[in-house]
Amino acid sequence: MKLTTKLLGLTALVGATQAQAVEMEVMHWWTSGGEAAAVAKFAEALNNNTEHTWVDGAIAGGGDVARPVMVSRIIGGDPPAAFQFNHGRQAEELIEAGLLLDLTDVAEAEGWEDIVNPPSLLDACTVDGRVYCAPVNIHSWQWLWLSNDAYEQAGVEVPTNWEEFVAAAPALREAGITPLAMGGQSWQQSGAFGVMAIALAGEEAWLAVNQDKDAEVARGEDYTRVFQAFADARDLADGLDVQDWNQATNAVIEGTAGGQIMGDWAQGEFAVAGMTAGEDYTCLPGLGNTAVLSTGGDAFYFPVTGDPEIEAAQKELAALLLSPEVQVAFNSAKGSLPIRGDVDLTTVNDCTTRGLELLAGDNVLPDGNLLLTQDTITQTNDLMTEFFNSDMSVEDVQEQYAQIIENAN
Amino acid sequence: MAIAEDAGARAAPREQTVRRPNRLLRNLWPKFALLPMIATAVVVFLGGTLWTVVYSFTSSGLLPRRNWVGLDQYDRLWSTTKWIVSIQNLALYGVFSLVFTLVIGFTLAALLDRKVRGEDVFRTIFLYPFALSFIVTGLVWQWILNPDFGIQGVVREWGWESFTFNPLNDPDIVMFGLLIAGLWQGTGLIMCIMLAGLRGIDDDIWKATRVDGIPTWKTYVQVIIPMMRPVFVTAVVLIASGIIKLYDLVVAQTSGGPGISSEVPAKYVMVSMFGAQNLGQGFAASTMMLLSVVIILIPWAYLEFGGRRRV
Repeated sequence: MKLTTKLLGLTALVGATQAQAVEMEVMHWWTSGGEAAAVAKFAEALNNNTEHTWVDGAIAGGGDVARPVMVSRIIGGDPPAAFQFNHGRQAEELIEAGLLLDLTDVAEAEGWEDIVNPPSLLDACTVDGRVYCAPVNIHSWQWLWLSNDAYEQAGVEVPTNWEEFVAAAPALREAGITPLAMGGQSWQQSGAFGVMAIALAGEEAWLAVNQDKDAEVARGEDYTRVFQAFADARDLADGLDVQDWNQATNAVIEGTAGGQIMGDWAQGEFAVAGMTAGEDYTCLPGLGNTAVLSTGGDAFYFPVTGDPEIEAAQKELAALLLSPEVQVAFNSAKGSLPIRGDVDLTTVNDCTTRGLELLAGDNVLPDGNLLLTQDTITQTNDLMTEFFNSDMSVEDVQEQYAQIIENAN
Repeated sequence: MAIAEDAGARAAPREQTVRRPNRLLRNLWPKFALLPMIATAVVVFLGGTLWTVVYSFTSSGLLPRRNWVGLDQYDRLWSTTKWIVSIQNLALYGVFSLVFTLVIGFTLAALLDRKVRGEDVFRTIFLYPFALSFIVTGLVWQWILNPDFGIQGVVREWGWESFTFNPLNDPDIVMFGLLIAGLWQGTGLIMCIMLAGLRGIDDDIWKATRVDGIPTWKTYVQVIIPMMRPVFVTAVVLIASGIIKLYDLVVAQTSGGPGISSEVPAKYVMVSMFGAQNLGQGFAASTMMLLSVVIILIPWAYLEFGGRRRV
């Protein structure tokens, strides 16, 4: 009931007239089992707590497919009521062009500044002191998911770091199991590279490359080690032909693959399959080498429509997304971490606990999305996927990577 | 048009003394009716093209901006491996697609034209894939060529364990996986056009060749095909425009993979413009696409359509 009161207060604050029922089309790319279950919590919350209706605008195929559709709808003058982006530099230009709704009054009324943790998430939504997006979850890439069953079949211990993982690979091969599950889409291969860079080159080198765009570090020894490990991963992943990340996760769930480097959203799939962390699967934050999490995530942005009724509904939705009940329901289903430090998740398991501990201990790094432009990310994706699917040498890929970093802004 | 011009030329000396007719005002109503189309062509096609070319010299990101950077975008374009691979792929796909679509389309049409029983059924079957979009085609063939569930899986289940047919996951032959799907979708239409052309051939020609004792295949190659020249021109234009536009099939079937081995220029443009939020780069790539079309198409169209009228 606390929520309803809050919402009533908010409605009074933003809308001079009584709020009208609005059909809100919300675009997102959450289509896998765990993701769909999570987004349904948002829809439920909106339909039950307000008179507005949630019109689901899911776009299959991941962010690379969905973002262009969203951007062209917004630029084309037919914007949805709300849309999901990874917060960071993706929406930079849309905000500069004044296409997105300023949520500062909602943020102030709801005290987002005090509740959003880590604060870098709200910073990522803020441009020139104004808040433009509602962060909904924290995602971190730095996880290696291992199938306990697969290692049992092969008769080896479940690895505790990357070196052991590589060492255990031959035993898995003998048992007919592909050691590493990797989807064919470029963002997955590039993402895995990013994880390995933090885990094997260390925080400092990673920040030097991604934050300061220091190409000399990218040419250096630390990164040579990363690229060599990435070449190992290329061999380990040979033999499994899947495209989507959840198909690769499924291979780990079924025990036909040993492990997968994937963000914590993979946990939603394990949950849907009814598996227990620690018993059926093991997670290694930072590949077990460097336990640091990057704190990216998803956020909702609200395009400017010029219609006061829709605007009021948009602001209501923004407040609702960050409310404690919705945060718990959504993040429990999705396997991500809530953006507020003052709520308890209902289904805390082994892996979530480790994530929360790292978060509380401030073992966090900004996400690549916050540091690099979409252009640089696309170039990196192309390079990594080219490397991963050819016999390109480590020297070549490292030099080309350094050049991308050199030209990045 | 030609007749009208002749008439004008003949009438000219007589009217010189009276009043020179304004050619723009002749046939006023048809021209008036054409105005919307002319406006569309000028504003949308020509205007849009010019705008794109102009902005390809800027560093536009997500939104167009006028920060001039000269040829920087083109420099980057031609030093990008993905673009080079895209061009090579399109050339490979283009040559094979053009040859196979024409050959298969004509062969099917010729066979149907032999007055086979159940022609309607066959025609429907062959044309049916064309009713599907490239997206559906791509997804269907993604499954058919899937190593676990598709052809390879089925043949292996039959007992041929070492059978390997996995084009979509092999960088060297992935373009042929796309080609198969493209041909499956596109040949039906070309077959129909060819069939219409064949039906337009006078029966007397067939009778004459039969009287002369010319073998059927020779009649096709030496008499019928040369007579069907306009039909082939139409078919080539349709196929060529389909090749240049190749995008959705790739997105649905391989999304450019494995790695970057099935990237095509149109996809490069789309990804640069919207995925990478780098309009300038996308514009530069699309300008290069336009340029290549212009270089090939204009001289050919001039010879095909423009030259003959003058003769």
